[in-house]
Amino acid sequence: MAMLSHNQLKQGTKVLIDDLPWIIVKADFVKPGKGQAFTKIKIKNLMDGRVIDRTFKSSDTVAKAEVMDKEMQYLYNDGEHYHFMDPDTYEQVALSDTQVEEVKDWLKEQETYEVTMWEGQAINVMPPSHMILTITECEPGIKGDTVSGATKPATLETGKVVKVPLFVEEGERIRVDTRTGEYMERAKE
Amino acid sequence: MSDSAPWRPTASIHALRVRAAVLTQIRAFFAERAVLEVETPALLQHIAPESHIEPVACAAPSSGWLRSSPEACHKRLLAAGYGPLYEIARVFRAGESGARHNPEFTLLEWYRPGWSLDQLMQESVTLTAQILQCPADSASRFTYQRAFLKSGCPDPLNASTEEMRAVCAARRLPLPDETDREWLLDYLQTEIMEPWLAQQGGLILITHFPPQRAAMAKIDPGPPATALRFELYVDGVELANGYQELTDAAEQRARLEAANQTRITQKLAPLPIDENFLAALEAGMPECAGVALGLDRLLMRKLHAERIDQTLAFPYDRT
Repeated sequence: MAMLSHNQLKQGTKVLIDDLPWIIVKADFVKPGKGQAFTKIKIKNLMDGRVIDRTFKSSDTVAKAEVMDKEMQYLYNDGEHYHFMDPDTYEQVALSDTQVEEVKDWLKEQETYEVTMWEGQAINVMPPSHMILTITECEPGIKGDTVSGATKPATLETGKVVKVPLFVEEGERIRVDTRTGEYMERAKE
Repeated sequence: MSDSAPWRPTASIHALRVRAAVLTQIRAFFAERAVLEVETPALLQHIAPESHIEPVACAAPSSGWLRSSPEACHKRLLAAGYGPLYEIARVFRAGESGARHNPEFTLLEWYRPGWSLDQLMQESVTLTAQILQCPADSASRFTYQRAFLKSGCPDPLNASTEEMRAVCAARRLPLPDETDREWLLDYLQTEIMEPWLAQQGGLILITHFPPQRAAMAKIDPGPPATALRFELYVDGVELANGYQELTDAAEQRARLEAANQTRITQKLAPLPIDENFLAALEAGMPECAGVALGLDRLLMRKLHAERIDQTLAFPYDRT
């Protein structure tokens, strides 16, 4: 198992702490004058999403979490689990409601997602950073209003609600940034 | 960290202009006071070990270390009778990277033969206040013990490790599994005492360190014994560290050997003792006070920068 020293703990590194996989969301190297260095990290649990703080001394080592990201297709939700499939091997994995909590509104059948695997099980799902989705519900568009900057809510086919400019119509396909939930542009057919 | 392309500098042109102006100001400050600017080697064959500073090693054929401080060379110049001196020294410390750390940084280090620690504290404040354009009489002083107590920490000289751990727990400060007394003191200092200093604001001098934290400072036998050392803080950020310099060669050798012992317990290789440095002390270094000031941090404060990168053309990760 690869071990990391305290000054290798950086934002984005995946670590194994208390036998669970976590991602470092913030890392601070601290060293008082003539004193001992330590690193403070804020970590997010890759299984249940909880965030905690930890402190490591300069002599401490932390195990790197041996996680792997795989491109997988979303198949369906059986009411309890969300099922994904590796398009090359047809291997299927299932994630629980709490595991997909944050990305549930971005799930569309047949789309490809990044599934994080750890010790043979799927623990996390990330949508592509940009997706093209159809608007299933919104107020009628105001033609030509491309300058006012005003927005209205629009519900997408996955259930996600995003703010769109007034000229956008129900039934249109738009490109959105899944990281910020922001409208980017109308999709070119 | 800025998201700009990695070839680009992380300091703005404004920051680099301020850096250049501050260097000019420092040189004028010491020229007026007849303190000699010196340049001493950055590549060393021998190094004076410190317990918690890891030097950057260089491979053969020019093997050795990049200096973590110019202190030993400066003291050899002082022993040779060269008088008051300063250096704007690029120094290196392995593995130190963070909001206020870069593995390569600039120390302004200077020595005043015949001066007391008090006189040097005053001069450090005068220079800092001049550069930051704040009143020089505004610096407040606390002893190390009083700063701990005022900020809500237990007594650093007498508290048990259990009491120290309890304060951390009450403040929801996460603790590693194993901690010793010295580690806990450092943790309380950075997590509780320094934020309190930041709340007080301005220039603050911390004095009367415990003798275990003397490094190369003389120890006043007391009682209670205290290290003749000070630290200068600006808005809670440690800026400078000064000593009434240890002149006793035997005591200095014992401290260097102790630092090597600490390295061995930390499973680090001991460093070869700098015999020329010890020989200079044996030959007789004048009584003096000396201080090292982190120039990049001074610039951070002047520029109201959050990260040291904003004061550096290229931090280590962009080299």
